[in-house]
Amino acid sequence: MRLPPQPDELLDRSHEVVFFFRGEPVRAFAGDTIGSALFASGRRVFSRSFKYHRPRGLVCCSGGCPNCMLTVDGTPNVRSCVEPVRDGAVVEPQNVLGSLDRDLLSVVDKVGRPFTPVGFYYRTMIRPRRLWPLYEKVLRNVAGLGRIDKHRGRTTRYDAEHRRVDVLVIGGGRSGLKAARAAAGRGESVLLVDENARRFGAEPFEIVAPGRALGIYEGGLVPIDAGRLLLRVRAGRIVVATGAVEQPLVFPGNDLVGVMLPDGARRLIRDFAVKPGERAVVLAADDRALAVVEDLARAGVETVASIDLREHDPSEISAEGRRGRLHAVSIEGVPHECDLLLAAGAPQPAYSLLAQAGARISYDADRGIFVPSELPEGVEAVGRVAGDLGRLRPTRACHGDGGFVCLCEDVAVKDLERALAEGFDSIELAKRYTTVTMGPCQGRMCHLPSIRIYAHAQGTDEAAIGTTTARPPWAPVKLGLLAGRTHEPAKLTAIHHRHEELGADIIWTGAWRRPHSYGDAPAEAKNVHDAVGVIDVSTLGKLLVAGPDAVEFLERLYPNRYADLKPGRVRYGVLSTDAGRIMDDGTVARLDDERFYVTTTSTGADSVLGWFEWWNAVWQLDVEIVNLTGALAALNVAGPQARELLAGLTATDLAAGGFKYLDAKEGRVAGVPCLMLRIGFVGELGYELHFASPYGEYLWDVLLERAAKPFGLEAQRILRLEKQHIIVGQDTDSESNVLDANMTWIAKLDKDDFVGKWAIEHAQERGPRELLVGFVMANGTVPAEGGQVVRDGRPSGRVTSARWSERVGKAIGLAWLPPDLAEEDATFEIRVNGRLEQARVRLRPFFDPAGERLKS
Amino acid sequence: MTRRPRGAPSLRELTDYVYFRNNVAGVQREWWQHRFGCELWFLADRDTRTNEVLRVEVPGAAEVKAPTA
Repeated sequence: MRLPPQPDELLDRSHEVVFFFRGEPVRAFAGDTIGSALFASGRRVFSRSFKYHRPRGLVCCSGGCPNCMLTVDGTPNVRSCVEPVRDGAVVEPQNVLGSLDRDLLSVVDKVGRPFTPVGFYYRTMIRPRRLWPLYEKVLRNVAGLGRIDKHRGRTTRYDAEHRRVDVLVIGGGRSGLKAARAAAGRGESVLLVDENARRFGAEPFEIVAPGRALGIYEGGLVPIDAGRLLLRVRAGRIVVATGAVEQPLVFPGNDLVGVMLPDGARRLIRDFAVKPGERAVVLAADDRALAVVEDLARAGVETVASIDLREHDPSEISAEGRRGRLHAVSIEGVPHECDLLLAAGAPQPAYSLLAQAGARISYDADRGIFVPSELPEGVEAVGRVAGDLGRLRPTRACHGDGGFVCLCEDVAVKDLERALAEGFDSIELAKRYTTVTMGPCQGRMCHLPSIRIYAHAQGTDEAAIGTTTARPPWAPVKLGLLAGRTHEPAKLTAIHHRHEELGADIIWTGAWRRPHSYGDAPAEAKNVHDAVGVIDVSTLGKLLVAGPDAVEFLERLYPNRYADLKPGRVRYGVLSTDAGRIMDDGTVARLDDERFYVTTTSTGADSVLGWFEWWNAVWQLDVEIVNLTGALAALNVAGPQARELLAGLTATDLAAGGFKYLDAKEGRVAGVPCLMLRIGFVGELGYELHFASPYGEYLWDVLLERAAKPFGLEAQRILRLEKQHIIVGQDTDSESNVLDANMTWIAKLDKDDFVGKWAIEHAQERGPRELLVGFVMANGTVPAEGGQVVRDGRPSGRVTSARWSERVGKAIGLAWLPPDLAEEDATFEIRVNGRLEQARVRLRPFFDPAGERLKS
Repeated sequence: MTRRPRGAPSLRELTDYVYFRNNVAGVQREWWQHRFGCELWFLADRDTRTNEVLRVEVPGAAEVKAPTA
């Protein structure tokens, strides 16, 4: 039933829209919300309450309360009172068994309510403990909100957008619009955001509606939930015009269908031309709310009683219902038959965003509300949120014995009293225990009433109780919006397209995209052992450390020595922090007296650069650090035929005597100027070529034409494991130091100082707690990385790396073991798929332990 | 900003230096890096209560005044 056209209605009556509620078509007009259309069609019960399945109807009609939540097109918990109608939308009720009007689960309310106070489930059903999963399953089905359809899959794409404006206005009411127009008039760029999809006129600034400001973060960052778009707005000035929220009164029967806030009824009449009831009683404490009587009269609703709570605050109000619908209200014993009760205390400024921004929130005892003050710089409050609310007077905490404080979570007055009696006398604790203010309304409807009740029960005032901390998000936000597409770029090497052309299996490694394999990792590893392979290692961090103090700088940073490193030689290095923790590893090549070429791990490149720059700033040495990571590409050519292959491409002397293991030489390969390092992470004769990135594809192509076969990360992992070469971050963690990682030789404790020296000395004094050693499996099972080492039935270590090695013919790995176990041939067990499998310690490399092939 | 101990610190001194930080409500001296820019490390006197930067200094260079907000 619609009223005749209202002067400011949002409806376009020439445009009909049809959607479906429980399969039945519902006719609406464009401009309707799903809630207003359902109400117009005669629906009064919109939801069943969280715990007790009590019928609930429209209350605020502004998207604040939980009562109108429905599942729309598969999306649960949609506030239907502000959700615009769409042709063909499929709307379903939630948290019911049966129908909204006859919910079978409402038995909980009748039978269970006396026995189910706050904390009941967790206290009662925890014993016997093993039955909790069963209880939990049942409870989760009985209580709760809407359900996510797990089989639906992803149907929506969410995006984030960064915006910068001079002025952001939050709230499009009268004060917000006025502030926005004034700013636009001054020539400032303005963005206005409003929670409701109400119609705005042509304005000289951008409007986002519906959109919800979720919080005010450091630096004036305001994320705005605009449906499928997360706007990250940074504004020079933020104007908060979020208005005030009418506060429900607490009395027995205050959750019956037909008990509404005055503003909610006004919206139904003015915006949607719907008659909210036939006979109304009005109880309100401010002029604006009391004026709803005029709207009611215009809509043909009979007002049987209207009470200004500022003049007389009745000691007892009690609403009675029939089948959950309001039937009559009794005020101090005087009954009034009615089907609509508009009841509200003084409106509370919606200060949450201001509080998040750092404003002071204090209690105004004369008016009975909390008001913001001492706003931080760059944040303003205008209109009703600033306390501009006309004449107010505080109302009673409770009007009678009983009633619900929190509609979202079904928390009644007696639950709050019980929490206090149990000792939860601080509001922050009581909030967590009772969950008042923690439901979907985020305290809009229950914060002030709950504070009043605590104050009343403890015989103190609201100021003494105080408010709970306001935290973002101010409005519920979909995880999809937070998890939406980000602007995380992938790093690609200069040779990346060649890997794709070869059909490589590309994986993420940190920010890099790298080939895992080119189809057959074991064959790629075999080729490195038997012939020659090439791997793109352009992702390695590459730093040039140069200057008169370069030697001194490296001597202080690394545990091992560099002063005696001769030009043209390479040395392995491990960086430690002053906590003694292994930070990164790599190689250091001395190019000449004052220039060193340092490589880092692929993922550690950025942190090592920052680390070097920082120590350089601290020590003030005469050193320059140049980051060449992106400028240079790198290829590792490895295998017994590596020398032969490169010999055809370079004039550089590659003879075993002339270019020894751990030599560094500059020379041309296929015409490309290269720094060639003879190192061997993968354990075979190998040359790492570092050269300008633009030559990447060219040199790669030349090497492949000369019969080098590409190998990927997986083959490299097998090969390095055969040599027991560690990967920092995989085989080590934030507890590992160089002694425990079995690299005692690298810490030159006779040096005066180096970063990490003292911690390593103390660790040496203490002795190792665990040691990193190699192991082989007795049978061929490959344990999981992270797998548990078991001794005498007790967990006593963990596997960090494990692979099947075709070359060794065994399953091999690295593991942290108790020191007394870390001896050659010691046996222990590893849990694999629930079974214990035998393993044996191997302290030396599994392959080529003497390094003959590496040094050949 | 913490100072690295000189000489050979005791385990307690080392632990203090590595793990313990004063939770200052007020002005403290901090290392900052222009991370996604020129990579420069500099020192800033920052009020942890207001986030106001009172002074910045590039070690080894002439003193630089705080940028006015």
